[in-house]
Amino acid sequence: MSITLLEAQSISKRFGGIQALAEVSLTIRKGEIYGLIGPNGAGKTSFFNVLTGAYTPDGGEFVFAGSELPTGKPHEVVARGIARTFQNIRLFREMTALENVMAGHHLRSDSTLWGILLQNRHMREEERLITERAYEMLRYVGIERFANTLSRNLSYGDQRRLEIARALATEPQLLALDEPAAGMNATETAQLRTLIETIRHDGVTVLLIEHDVKLVMGLCDRVAVLDFGKKIAEDVPAVVQRDAAVIEAYLGGGHHAH
Amino acid sequence: MENLLQQIVNGLVVGSVYALVALGYTMVYGILGLINFAHGDVLMVGALVALQVATLLHKFWPGLHPLLILAISLGVAIPVCMLLGYVMERTAYRRLRNAPRLAPLITAIGVSFLLQTVAMIIWGRNYHSFPPLFPTIPLEPFPGVFITPVQVTILVASATLMVALIMLVNRTPLGRAMRATAENHRVASLMGVDTNKIISTTFILGSGLAAVAGVMHASNYGVAHYSMGFLPGLKAFTAAVLGGIGNLGGAMVGGIVLGLVETIGAGYIEQLSFGLLNSSYQDIFAFVILGIVLIFRPTGLLGERVSDRA
Repeated sequence: MSITLLEAQSISKRFGGIQALAEVSLTIRKGEIYGLIGPNGAGKTSFFNVLTGAYTPDGGEFVFAGSELPTGKPHEVVARGIARTFQNIRLFREMTALENVMAGHHLRSDSTLWGILLQNRHMREEERLITERAYEMLRYVGIERFANTLSRNLSYGDQRRLEIARALATEPQLLALDEPAAGMNATETAQLRTLIETIRHDGVTVLLIEHDVKLVMGLCDRVAVLDFGKKIAEDVPAVVQRDAAVIEAYLGGGHHAH
Repeated sequence: MENLLQQIVNGLVVGSVYALVALGYTMVYGILGLINFAHGDVLMVGALVALQVATLLHKFWPGLHPLLILAISLGVAIPVCMLLGYVMERTAYRRLRNAPRLAPLITAIGVSFLLQTVAMIIWGRNYHSFPPLFPTIPLEPFPGVFITPVQVTILVASATLMVALIMLVNRTPLGRAMRATAENHRVASLMGVDTNKIISTTFILGSGLAAVAGVMHASNYGVAHYSMGFLPGLKAFTAAVLGGIGNLGGAMVGGIVLGLVETIGAGYIEQLSFGLLNSSYQDIFAFVILGIVLIFRPTGLLGERVSDRA
């Protein structure tokens, strides 16, 4: 359980005058569910964006599965085995649920122009396999019956599930979920929790940003807390919950109080 | 009645050339939100390169079968235009991807001037007659209605290419990646799609279609020259907007509708205007129709598809 999968080393990111991330270091172990929490604007989503290559960090680096991650090239980061979902759902709205998941399989398919012009049996076989796997993935998250529905017509909870399915289709080692329970009711949250546990059980490490503290504390093996771009705590949930700095950040008078 | 049928045949031919060019406009717009005004000039380059190759073949290989000449000319013109499309995107547009919208638009107009000027330097300012590569005896499918073998070929070839493109976009991994990129670059790249590659491929595909359209256009009218791309380019852009820009089906419908309206209009404009205007005013129809459609359906006949640039 204690093999390091991802190591963030002093990650910094500024936007103009705002220090979104200030030398954030953390270590995620293979097979765990790792929670990243903090008040609004603490830098959680910035951390995701830097990790997945959407932004280039101003300082620091990520070591993933033993080697450094490229920065600023999202598709290469995905190829290395990190997939993500979004706080505000970003599906391909004009595609069916099935096609969304198949788009996630992009890395594993031959999509060059020549490959298609010289289409042969091997390619058709590959496409058939990808379709089959996409169905499997939809079944895995429990929305197989909506395979041919346009994703924008799915219910909110199902759209969230579809995002997870699409991310899993890239065959990640690390799945980064950005507030997956946002806007869900209690039943949906309970189902989501089961799903995340299943994903971990099937060998994918999970990094979870979440506002729902109850969900985080119940689900995560370890939790890091960000406040104003700095990591103020990192430990098992029971310890973090009692940490004075954390209570201060969430409940107290903010940054300057003691 | 024969007159009307004849105009419909001509309209379909002209329209399918517009449609092929409109597809290039619409694909690029769908994926980048860019109106590539140089696209019409790619058509010109295609036509002139094919003309050059055909002329050379005529000179050094006099007995060669015309259809073989056509095949070889296309075989050179298509890759040349594809390369041109790639270079255009790579050098002129990629750096401006996150610039304000006006910058790439003005650049596109600049690229258009550049291509025309270079073509003028290479091929001169004169009209070149495009060698007749097909038998010139027209067929007469209905009494009084004529269609040339070139026109038949244009109809068949453009229909085939359009079906192929629709299949490519809807049924292949590349097409899926193109649609994903068109909807949202950032999310597509976070799902493992190399969006730069997809954008290049889009330009390459569109330019290949423009090359074919260029050869068709030049064969149909029998001439080629350095500024021949301007008007069909403008019309094809109109067709793309008419059908709903960003929408592949829309480009096809828009192209055909525009071709029909224009030729039928040209056929009847004298009667309609009581002898005041003659058929050289046919372009009026294209733009009047565009105006009317945009007033009542601002997103075009089939609806606009714009990339979600979140």
